[in-house]
Amino acid sequence: MTSPFTFWDARTAEEAAALLSKKGAMALGGGVDLLGEMKEGIRAPEHIVNLRSIPGLDKIQKTDRGWRVGATALLTDIADHADLRKDLPGFAESAEAVATPQIRNQGTIGGNLAQRPRCWYYRAAEFACVKKGGKGCPAEKGENRYLAIFGDGPCHIVHPSDCAPMLVALDARLFLRGPDGARDLPIADFYELPSKNALCEFTLKPGEFIEAVEIPTALPRSTYVKIREKDSFDFAIAACAIAGKIDGDHFTDARVVLGGVAPVPWRSVTAEANLRKNTIADAVEPASNSATDGARPMSQNAWKIPMTKAAVARAIRSFLPR
Amino acid sequence: MAKRTLRVGYPGNYREIEVDSPDAEPAPWDADSKLAVVGKRSPRLEGADKVTGKAKYTADVKLQGMLVARVLRSPYARATARSIGLAKALKMPGVKAAIEVEKEARYHGQAIAAVAAETEAQAEDAVAAIEVDWAVGEHVVDVEAARKPNAPRVHGGKNPNERGGEAQNTATEEACVTALKKSHATVDITFTTPVVTHSCLESHGSVARWESDGSLTVWDSTQSIFGVRDGLARGFQLPAEKVRVVKEHMGGGFGSKLGMGQHSMIAARLAREAKAPVKLMLTRKEEHLAGGNRPSSVQRVRAGADKDGKLTCLWLQSHGTGGINGGANCAGPLMSLYNCPVRRLWHADVITNASPAAAFRAPGHVQGMFALESTMDELAGKLGLDPIEFRKRNDQNEMRQAEYGEGAKMAGWEARAHLPNSGGRHKARGLGVSASIWGGGGAPGAQARCVISRDGAVEIQCGTQDIGTGTRTIIAMIAAEELGLKPEQVLVKLGDTTLPFSHGSGGSMTAPSVTPAVRAATAAARGRVFEACAKSLKADADNLTAKGGNVVAKGGASIPWAEACSKIAGANVSEQATRAQNFRGYKDGTAGCQFAEVEVDLETGHVQVLRVVAVHDCGRVVNPLLAESQINGGIIQGLSYALLEQRILDDATGRMMNANFSDYRIAGPKEIPEISVVLFDVSNGRTNTGVMGIGEPPIVPTPAAIANAVAHAIGKRITDLPITPDKILAALGKK
Ligand SMILES: Cc1cc2nc3c(=O)[nH]c(=O)nc-3n(C[C@H](O)[C@H](O)[C@H](O)COP(=O)(O)OP(=O)(O)OC[C@H]3O[C@@H](n4cnc5c(N)ncnc54)[C@H](O)[C@@H]3O)c2cc1C
Repeated sequence: MTSPFTFWDARTAEEAAALLSKKGAMALGGGVDLLGEMKEGIRAPEHIVNLRSIPGLDKIQKTDRGWRVGATALLTDIADHADLRKDLPGFAESAEAVATPQIRNQGTIGGNLAQRPRCWYYRAAEFACVKKGGKGCPAEKGENRYLAIFGDGPCHIVHPSDCAPMLVALDARLFLRGPDGARDLPIADFYELPSKNALCEFTLKPGEFIEAVEIPTALPRSTYVKIREKDSFDFAIAACAIAGKIDGDHFTDARVVLGGVAPVPWRSVTAEANLRKNTIADAVEPASNSATDGARPMSQNAWKIPMTKAAVARAIRSFLPR
Repeated sequence: MAKRTLRVGYPGNYREIEVDSPDAEPAPWDADSKLAVVGKRSPRLEGADKVTGKAKYTADVKLQGMLVARVLRSPYARATARSIGLAKALKMPGVKAAIEVEKEARYHGQAIAAVAAETEAQAEDAVAAIEVDWAVGEHVVDVEAARKPNAPRVHGGKNPNERGGEAQNTATEEACVTALKKSHATVDITFTTPVVTHSCLESHGSVARWESDGSLTVWDSTQSIFGVRDGLARGFQLPAEKVRVVKEHMGGGFGSKLGMGQHSMIAARLAREAKAPVKLMLTRKEEHLAGGNRPSSVQRVRAGADKDGKLTCLWLQSHGTGGINGGANCAGPLMSLYNCPVRRLWHADVITNASPAAAFRAPGHVQGMFALESTMDELAGKLGLDPIEFRKRNDQNEMRQAEYGEGAKMAGWEARAHLPNSGGRHKARGLGVSASIWGGGGAPGAQARCVISRDGAVEIQCGTQDIGTGTRTIIAMIAAEELGLKPEQVLVKLGDTTLPFSHGSGGSMTAPSVTPAVRAATAAARGRVFEACAKSLKADADNLTAKGGNVVAKGGASIPWAEACSKIAGANVSEQATRAQNFRGYKDGTAGCQFAEVEVDLETGHVQVLRVVAVHDCGRVVNPLLAESQINGGIIQGLSYALLEQRILDDATGRMMNANFSDYRIAGPKEIPEISVVLFDVSNGRTNTGVMGIGEPPIVPTPAAIANAVAHAIGKRITDLPITPDKILAALGKK
């Protein structure tokens, strides 16, 4: 069922912020995720505000602070950008890891970062779970094979985005625009655990939307390794984003952020420590093993532990000389 | 009946047999027949229409004043609608009709009510406005839970959920125990397979229109136009001639479209209420919820073999669920493939609150072959025998024996112990094999008509349907062969119940049932052309042949086909023929085998199928391109079943959780292996064409071959399909 809505083509960021301040308004990027939610009957916007009609919002450009990628830049354009890939290989890989060519041709980076979770109970209108303002999590005693091993509830979604963990590892900043102007914050602070806010993975003030993401080039070595159950397209069973600096045979600085295993991009400080204190070759075992420290799997998802270790090991090994 | 001597068999192994074939029919083709069109790689006649979007599927049918229907489906696995309020829905904008379908919901997704409106959006809104007063009941979706004595009874009353028991004419338990005790090697393994949905790319659907004379026309995405016709005629108490069913093209059925579906009835009922044509196409979600599925299975197999590698006993105890239906028996391969002196079967269908099963490409055989051929590999291991050698010792089918030889060569079986590997200690390769077995001999009764016009135009009319397999093309090829023409010169009319009768397209029956009728009708019509033109060639009609676009007399005189046809008195000649019984020819049933090479990622449990070598036979191969296409499809579907697909129901609510193509994983481009096909062209002398079906055989061995390859790669056997990474990791002891 699709309730009626008004469709707006925003012309400027300011206009978009004003339109998004209307009751029941939602931003539209490529619509890949939003339309799915509407079709399932779990989302019924009264106003849809198209951001792709804003000229220049899809720009990918190098600035003196690094790379600035506009919210409506397509995942395809990020993956195919040769200069960006040179500076930020992991970011390009993460965009390329998303879904299928068709979806990457339609999906925007803004929509990717603000996309909603894929938990089956959340996506089915019949279940009134805590993420939809109801009570409890039916997955705890139900189908949880693809859900979180970190995060401790009360909702156990995994954050579905491939780009988000990579951008956290790269210390990216999000630039938000709202009716009261612009603000920016580290992307890691954009995402919140369900214990803080079970209803949404991030907090945007009324009328606010992502205008751009800025990624510094201070961490020149990066990679994104994603493990899928089905290779043709699949959300991550487990993923590992690593960004850092390498001197000779070891990392001098390193961020290890896990995807597909927690309600938010999940930074593993212990894996990072193990990565810094060993040579790359010697770090594979301790870093990958420690990455799942503190994991608390549910009835069906303990298999994500070896998957996560494999993702981390593989990501680290990719920095070894071939 | 005429006695005819035919050369039958396969290359390298021919023999002569005598068959009785109907006098009126042309002499059956055999190994010596020199054919100009049949057996050649010939592109689909409708291929260009399909890739350019010109081909019209049911969903493309647009009629004047046509409404769109939507169905309200039960959100509960078990509930009773105390009342179904349609009044509010009927007052919604654009709504022209609303009907009640069913008050007792026994599975999530069962149709409860339906509406027809001017637009799809209006219909969806109206469905949401239907007021149902639900009394939610107790459900059971788990197979084991449903077997318990205190489980909720799915069909109410005292009806037990478990139905079945011991098979007739199998050995006693004692005989099995004795045989197993005396065996040199034994295994006892329990295999499980999931419920999978057909996932046809074109969903089920109908467009129904009532005509002014009270007759009903329905465009339907169906494998059985006459089945739909008869179902609708019964439903509306009409004579069958008052119902016409049309199906031009189809985007997949796999067995789920073999009878009249509920949607056809709903569309026709709404059309009658609304006094306007109604289209009802199921959504993807509805396809998963109510479009049919392959039943699950739990198969405990006990088997033994003696020192010489001969089977001593095959014992199968199985159960499975086809939801509110039965049909979970999968003993076919175990009961028929190998020589074995002692066989015992016990099977029960377990009824659960889940959507009804439907025939699915080689029903039962896919599940059964997985268990049987996994068992054979385990036994071979215990006996220290090569898996192929062990199979050959127990298989009396000479054709399959030869097929193993060809396949083993192509698959590199000799080097099985030393397979290369792309990822060092993180990867492992394996090569596995499985036998195939299926029927596919066709059935009598199919009819075809050949109409040849004075201008030389040839039309074949046959009430079969092309479900995407290429039936249209092979019909044209058979007729073209008889007439010395090209397939493009034959217009094929099918997919309409106003045409001569043919069966539903299931059981790999279409090509073997239809081609003999087409050939006989065409030969008869050709005879009439010969009679008409004999005089101009100054020859006897009996001494004429049609080849290379000409009618040729024995002496060498010839005239072009169109000129020959111009001698027809009247507008055309028309001959109809009915497919006869199979003759007692060379072989009934198809053999075949497949080899799968896989690489397993030992860190992630991911299985990549690198290559499948498929050796199959289907009697005379009319068109290798189409046969290979069926084999490719069967392998891909079998691979998807082996590694990815499973319907997941939430136990607490009985709802299907993965009713979409993102969470219900189907093999995509990256999963598809290199496929090498070897076709054994067999002259079987069972009909005038000797054609057999190849729709089902190629899916039968794929999952078993893959499972055997995985076991070979990792040294551990996964007995539970699909072989997902978690199972591999668990088998490898990874935590
Ligand atoms: C079959 C399938 C497979 C997928 N696989 C993957 C995968 O492997 N990896 C992955 O990461 N994702 C995957 N996705 C999810 C996702 O749809 C895409 O990643 C895509 O990037 C979404 O972008 P969009 O522009 O289409 O988003 P939209 O659908 O337009 O928007 C998504 C959400 O974000 C909001 N939004 C959009 N733009 C902004 C903005 N600028 N500021 C604030 N909010 C905004 C919308 O209101 C909406 O709620 C998959 C989706 C499907 C359907």
